[in-house]
Amino acid sequence: MHDLIAITALGGSEPQVDTVGGITCREVPGVALASVAARMGQETKASKALAKLIGAPAPGIGQYAGDTVTAFWAGPDQWMIEAPFDTHEELADQVKSALGGTASVTEQTDGWTRFDLNGDQIPAVLELLSMLDLRNIDAGSVARCSIHHIGCFVLCRSDEAFSIYGPRSSAGSLHHAIVTAMRSAL
Amino acid sequence: MTQSNRLSGGQIDRNTTVNFQFDNHNYTAHPGDTLGSALLANDVRLIGRSFKYHRPRGLLTAGSEEPNGIVELRSGNRQEPNTRATTTEMFDGLEAQSQNRWPSLKFDALGVNDLFSNFLSAGFYYKTFMWPAAFWEKVYEPIIRRAAGLGSLSMEADPDEYDKGFRHCDLLIIGAGPSGLMAALTAGRAGADVILADEDFRFGGRLNSETFSVGDQSSSDWAEQAVAELSSMPNVRLMARTTVIGAFDHGIYGAVERTGDHVATLPAGKPRQILWRIYTKKALLCAGSTERPIAFENNDRPGIMMASALRTYANRFAATASQRVAIFTNNDDGHRTAADLHAKGVHVCAVIDVREDAPVNYDYEVLSGAQVVNTKGRLGLTFVEVALPDGSTRTLECGALGVSGGWNPNVHLTCHQRGRPVWNDDLAAFVPGPNLPVGLTVAGAANGVMSTQGALQSGAEAAAAALELSVAQPVLPEAEDAPIAQKPFWYVEGCKRAWLDQQNDVTVKDVKLSYQEGFRSVEHLKRYTTLGMATDQGKTSNISALAIMAEVAGKSIPETGTTIFRPPYTPVPISTFAGRMKGQEFHPTRLTPSHYWAKERDAVFVEVGNWLRAQWFPLPGETHWRESVDREVRQTRASVGVCDCTTLGKIDVQGADAADFLNRVYANGFAKLPVGKTRYGLMLREDGMVMDDGTAARLAEDHFVVTTTTANAVNVYRHMEFVRQCLFPDMDVQLISTTESWAQYAVAGPNSRKLLQKIVDPEFDISNHAFPFMGCGNITVCGGLRARLFRISFSGELAFEIAVPSRHGDALMRRLMAEGEEFDVVPYGTEALGVMRIEKGHAAGNELNGTTTALNLGLGKMVSKKKDSIGSTLSEREALVEPDVLRLVGIKPVSPEEKVTAGGHLMNTTGPVDAAHDQGYVTSAAYSPILNSNIGLGLLKDGANRMGEKMRLVSPLTDLTVEVEIVSAHFVDPEGERLRA
Amino acid sequence: MIINHPLLGPRDASEFTYLGDASLINRPDWQAEDAAEAFYEYGYLRDNPAGEHQELWYHEAGDRSWLVVTRDTTTHEISKVELARDVARARGRSK
Repeated sequence: MHDLIAITALGGSEPQVDTVGGITCREVPGVALASVAARMGQETKASKALAKLIGAPAPGIGQYAGDTVTAFWAGPDQWMIEAPFDTHEELADQVKSALGGTASVTEQTDGWTRFDLNGDQIPAVLELLSMLDLRNIDAGSVARCSIHHIGCFVLCRSDEAFSIYGPRSSAGSLHHAIVTAMRSAL
Repeated sequence: MTQSNRLSGGQIDRNTTVNFQFDNHNYTAHPGDTLGSALLANDVRLIGRSFKYHRPRGLLTAGSEEPNGIVELRSGNRQEPNTRATTTEMFDGLEAQSQNRWPSLKFDALGVNDLFSNFLSAGFYYKTFMWPAAFWEKVYEPIIRRAAGLGSLSMEADPDEYDKGFRHCDLLIIGAGPSGLMAALTAGRAGADVILADEDFRFGGRLNSETFSVGDQSSSDWAEQAVAELSSMPNVRLMARTTVIGAFDHGIYGAVERTGDHVATLPAGKPRQILWRIYTKKALLCAGSTERPIAFENNDRPGIMMASALRTYANRFAATASQRVAIFTNNDDGHRTAADLHAKGVHVCAVIDVREDAPVNYDYEVLSGAQVVNTKGRLGLTFVEVALPDGSTRTLECGALGVSGGWNPNVHLTCHQRGRPVWNDDLAAFVPGPNLPVGLTVAGAANGVMSTQGALQSGAEAAAAALELSVAQPVLPEAEDAPIAQKPFWYVEGCKRAWLDQQNDVTVKDVKLSYQEGFRSVEHLKRYTTLGMATDQGKTSNISALAIMAEVAGKSIPETGTTIFRPPYTPVPISTFAGRMKGQEFHPTRLTPSHYWAKERDAVFVEVGNWLRAQWFPLPGETHWRESVDREVRQTRASVGVCDCTTLGKIDVQGADAADFLNRVYANGFAKLPVGKTRYGLMLREDGMVMDDGTAARLAEDHFVVTTTTANAVNVYRHMEFVRQCLFPDMDVQLISTTESWAQYAVAGPNSRKLLQKIVDPEFDISNHAFPFMGCGNITVCGGLRARLFRISFSGELAFEIAVPSRHGDALMRRLMAEGEEFDVVPYGTEALGVMRIEKGHAAGNELNGTTTALNLGLGKMVSKKKDSIGSTLSEREALVEPDVLRLVGIKPVSPEEKVTAGGHLMNTTGPVDAAHDQGYVTSAAYSPILNSNIGLGLLKDGANRMGEKMRLVSPLTDLTVEVEIVSAHFVDPEGERLRA
Repeated sequence: MIINHPLLGPRDASEFTYLGDASLINRPDWQAEDAAEAFYEYGYLRDNPAGEHQELWYHEAGDRSWLVVTRDTTTHEISKVELARDVARARGRSK
């Protein structure tokens, strides 16, 4: 076991938590990510293998699926796989062995930072942050969007639970934007 | 004196009294008032001085079209100039100041301009201040700036916050008057997602200003009930205090919501205004209409207002400009004002109607076929002079005159995509033309439907049509349905100083003069006289000016033309457009994995794109940046240094065709690169110029990691996706950015291997034999953490780049510093990085400037002719391969202490210094603490064959001439022995 | 502007990066006899029509698809949006 202590994307030893009104924004470092892109001509095999890995059909456009290991649509024949970091630190290797030669797999764990929003007025916050049409977003939806010029994924877990993935290096700016919007809207 | 001009009734909260100040006098008002209505209620008619002539001015209107009643609101750093008193919602503690007057509003020294009005006519500035040119900046401009103008800026940063937001709907309804409310009810009841926006703080539009009934209710009660019903619908969003400012492509609308303008102080974190981008499937413009004036001599005195404004003030705000009023009209609507004022107990002196057949009234006098020919009253209206049809004149004593010249539909948003309104003879006004923005329709008065009944019906029908509803028409309440009765009448014959554009002080005479001087197009008229170019965009003046021009030209109004409108509908503060993107948040900031550690070390940071990178690490006692940078360079070259190079773009390239793909995007070959090796790669644009450079490491047969320069990371990725999807769509290759995933540090210097050996787990042999120059591989460090190691060097030293997952980057940097203590390890920043690459002669951003080819950079041999790659064909164009093309060289001053200036040009030692004799230029410069000399890199004609030549380095801008010697670009270790050590 | 992405539906144009004429897909053969001339035309000559124009847009803040958008340059009306990869294949491009 190595002895290099991790810090969160916001630079702390513990994840940051902010609560404004009825919404809590949590920094979530405990997630492992890997990208999957089907090889040319292997699209069907790749999505079948993926379905086996996540225990659900490979998610279609704008969707995510799965339980402990979940996948969300990231582009044509491309998915992002997410799993708990503690049990899946080497997720890319695990996905690679599940998908074999059907897909290219790349570790993305520390490419992203995740903020989870929980509460009852999340749309009022999100409409200050992104141009997504929230009427089309419900549990199971994923959308790529720009938040203050930062490219993000927004996942809707339920009406009262959203996850926002943004690039790790911009975590401070993204966090500032989210918390500012919470103070503004709530 | 408390609210002596307050009337009965109105939609104000009389149970609450609020205090406000105007020009440091205290007044009282009620919630529901605007600043304008409160001033009138307090018998304040004089509100400002005009732009050019400093004429006393009061309110003209009761809405956002107001040209005159503009004030400075608030104080200190919240001071806000040019705010319309007519739309400023009253709150307790409001402070306002009049503008453009000195020393006081009642006595303004520059009122003397008015006496010289003959000299200040249209085009005055163009004609007068033409020469001498040098006088412009020093004499004319300061004078004009002091004399003319409106409010002043606080010169301090705005302390308030502004937001941006995004909303979506099936139907956006712009304006909540009778047609807008009826449209919203129709659409809302049908279940559509509706946004109803109105600039006013109270929905209802003119329903709040009239004494009509709608069904069995008063019009304002009906509006209130409609709003109550709409509020109960979850699918309808009501946006009050929200001005839709522009109609953009494909159903996108801009809207400004004033969330905090009506409160004295905002709660922390709350925005003052929000700029909404509203995405619509359909939009319905229900913006109503604006009453237009009639021009007559001295028609700008405080107290002379639009008749409908007098009516609004009386009915909605229970205020009047005076207890004695007269009305000047060309239509029946003017008579409504007289009747309403009379009913409120205001004395109506007379209704002056230009029509011979004016309606009769027994409550007050109606002067048919009469015209107002002049007015009196220095700081406010006292007398009106009326010419009667028999040729006699009458003088009426009154404090207010309501003027009604008919109504203009508010077509503004229909013009935002070059749509041109069309003339309607019945209304004597422009109505929306056929070329509306896609998805937009128009209803109610904005579409020329002027009666209340018509507006309700048109709103309902338009909403149903927009949403393609098949439901039966709703039962409409019965309402006023009078036909339009007016006689087009624009100005009183013979008037000269009759104001059209009161905000920019443009008169009837100015319009005629500009026509005489040859400005025949309306657009020229506007620009010459500045008519319609003030903050009100001529909402009350454009049509009248057009009518006068038409008459002078002997043409009809539609033949004369029309001006169209551009966004924004009403002025928007720059802060609102900026939103949260200001100061530090102007753009997102990207932090490197070692950022927090570097901050602890007091690093000085530099912005590189959005990244913050450590520029150098000053030690206590170092007073000049050069001391730090020289130390970092010396220590790295002497022992070992560490630099965060995470910012370099990293792109994961996988697939069966990955190598083939890299062969296409790089000018040099990659097919034969063995697994476990890294190669320098040169990427060209299709025109043959160098696009970027970097390395590609082959981790497996079908897996590469490509690096790009920091600046080009985004462009290169985009370019590679273009090549993959658009040029070679059947290649099996997949791309994904991994820039952020890995914290990557350059460890450079003769002791770099020794340092790394302390942290790389022992099962990985990184000796020179096992891990030679350009080697790469997956390893583990510090007891099992997965990592990647590349033996590549930008500094020219024995060097490695080591990458670990970003979350461990901070710890790795601390570990490298701790383990490196025995080697006197030094962290180095981008400056030292730059010095070392110049010493080594590596081209970087300054050399990859978009105009250089591989040949220019001394890398011509890298462009393989055995394969197809982007840019290889056009890189062979004749002019790019001539013998004397620019070549990368080193530049050394003959006296080492002389500075080499990047951007300076190279000239032969004799001969003229001019562009024709230019030999090349300096791209990069630095002080080399290794050579103890200033050095530079540059591009020189036929440079490869001019080693040892003496030249002049000149920079005429900075008056610099330095004698330099042309040398090899590789100042340090030209044979590359250190790299391979 | 709104671009109706063939996979994702209507998306704001601000999510996209513009490149230019979709003729950039028609990259000449480097081994053709007239390759130099063909690449010159490919690189520098554009029709620049006032009216219907096929152009390349990249969904940079989205799924990173390159699209061929058929747009009227005088009205901004967008009549067709296709995945550039499909267009490239239809135009005979492969590896």
